[in-house]
Amino acid sequence: MNLLTPQQIAEVLQTAAGAGFVSARCAEWAEGVKGRKSKQVWLKIARESLIPTLKRLVEIQYPHVSVIAFCDTGAQVDLMYHFHVYWGIPHEEVLVTLTVSLDKTDLKVPTITGIIPGALTSEREKQEMLGIEVVDIPDGRRLFLPEDFPAGVYPWRKDETGIPPDMVKDLWATGRENLRFNDNPPPPDPAPVNPANPVNPV
Amino acid sequence: MKTIEVKKPSGYATQIGPAHPALKEPVMFSLDIEGERIRKADFVPGMAHRGVEWMGMRRNCIQTMYLAERICGICGITHSISFSRAVEQIAQIQVPNRAHYIRSIVGELERIHSHLLWAGVAAHELGFDSAFYLAWRVRENVMDLLEYLTGNRVHYAIIQIGGVRRDIVPDQFPRIEESMKFFEGAYAKLAAVFLDDTTVQMRCRDCGVLTTDEARELCPVGPTARASGIKKDVRVDHPYAAYGDVEIEYQTPDLLTGEVRGDVYDRIVTRLLEVKQSIGIVRQLLAMLPDGPLLAIPKPAVLLAKLKGVAGEAVGRHEAPRGEVMHYVRLEAGKDEPAAWKVKASSYSNYMAWIPMMEGEQIADIPIIAASIDPCISCTDRVALVRPDVRQIVTKEELHRLSVEKTRRIQAGLAK
Repeated sequence: MNLLTPQQIAEVLQTAAGAGFVSARCAEWAEGVKGRKSKQVWLKIARESLIPTLKRLVEIQYPHVSVIAFCDTGAQVDLMYHFHVYWGIPHEEVLVTLTVSLDKTDLKVPTITGIIPGALTSEREKQEMLGIEVVDIPDGRRLFLPEDFPAGVYPWRKDETGIPPDMVKDLWATGRENLRFNDNPPPPDPAPVNPANPVNPV
Repeated sequence: MKTIEVKKPSGYATQIGPAHPALKEPVMFSLDIEGERIRKADFVPGMAHRGVEWMGMRRNCIQTMYLAERICGICGITHSISFSRAVEQIAQIQVPNRAHYIRSIVGELERIHSHLLWAGVAAHELGFDSAFYLAWRVRENVMDLLEYLTGNRVHYAIIQIGGVRRDIVPDQFPRIEESMKFFEGAYAKLAAVFLDDTTVQMRCRDCGVLTTDEARELCPVGPTARASGIKKDVRVDHPYAAYGDVEIEYQTPDLLTGEVRGDVYDRIVTRLLEVKQSIGIVRQLLAMLPDGPLLAIPKPAVLLAKLKGVAGEAVGRHEAPRGEVMHYVRLEAGKDEPAAWKVKASSYSNYMAWIPMMEGEQIADIPIIAASIDPCISCTDRVALVRPDVRQIVTKEELHRLSVEKTRRIQAGLAK
């Protein structure tokens, strides 16, 4: 197998992304005495280019999808699709990350489960935790959140749709509902003293 | 004639049960049954979702590192090493080499303890309790060793961003070597007990099969993927810590049995092989342990100030006993807390593999199939069986009894 370098992978994917290409970055990180490098490619693309870019990536090697990470940046929600190619070849694996930014006014992204079925867990999680609509997802049910979790609340969002303060449980306060922050609990009642034997309580 | 209305029992969908010995946290399976066969399988996780990412995005990086360590009670180093590696890449902190080696040594000891724990659980699920006692007695040795090296049996608290907090000194080497010798003996014994036993072979061979193609598409990780012939191991693929310095091979079941079938038996083989491999890696690393400091930035206040000034995004990965763990971290300048933190635990990737494994198998095989991916979601306290007309909840005791009875039936058949 003729392996592409991270730079070549970035170029190939840039061509596949076409007009939707935003930026590309190759990174390396070495650890240990021998300093063997782990390779990474970070690509920013538009939503429309996600499927064509991924299809091109599949031609390089059928990728392993690790997870879809997220970041709420204010007006947008970033989705980071983490893939690995060249796994199974010692020290040659390349981590390919495709970043797609979605405007909060239009939180829709196409499903990639048609290409990699294993991405379903991560897509279901993104729907419930971020309020994103994954178009054509084969199974749109909630995954981790319970059925009675309120609609319209998305735990990972940092805006008004995030977790409101009244949903946060202060575990420290459990069983001490009458106390305020800086109050100490009242001291326990002193045990009655046995006059005949003051050392041992009654 | 009066018709009797059958009401669906309430509460089966959101249950938090007591810990099941096979699965360490709550998950619910919903299965479509035809006779004894599973026609369709589905699972509902999330009963133990604690919103750790939400909490981490409201704490500074050092606090989040300790919080990450508490994600899992078995993988005590996995999440803290992944989070630290992500932060180190963003801040360009070069971890001293001695710290890389100590991280890897503790990581391998953790693998030994986790796989032995799993071996015991799997034996228990089959009704093979003497092997369960044996595996867990052997495991105590590695727990003692971890306590001796790090001070703790479970949450080792040895990782710090930029290095490790405790050293391994030459005085401690003989105690480590003593344990490694003990595990070599134990490996031979466990391999004989598990792999040569006729009952184990009859229960596990061709049971819960995950084919190589299914494994490629559903993207499982760790021993679950390798037992199906997928050569994927972060330690080999993507060198990190001290793993780039030692020779490691992908452990697939064909190394021992000459073939890959992707069944429960292969998953036992893979894990046992990895115990043996870990013994070798610990020895290699100890022999090569370089001198030097333990921490790049020893003072936490200086470290926090540095992290507050950096911005960027990175991914930290580690091969946990169950497979790849990945942490995505994004930091913003001027902020103490991570702007984004996504944790991908290994079982998160392995869930989906349950469905092809379970479909077509028997109800009594559920415990061993569920346990065979070594789920760290854990804990089915009950399973709902959907027959065409009734809905029935089977408790974990019932399920365990079914599994033990199947083993007894096979043994009775063998005795004839």
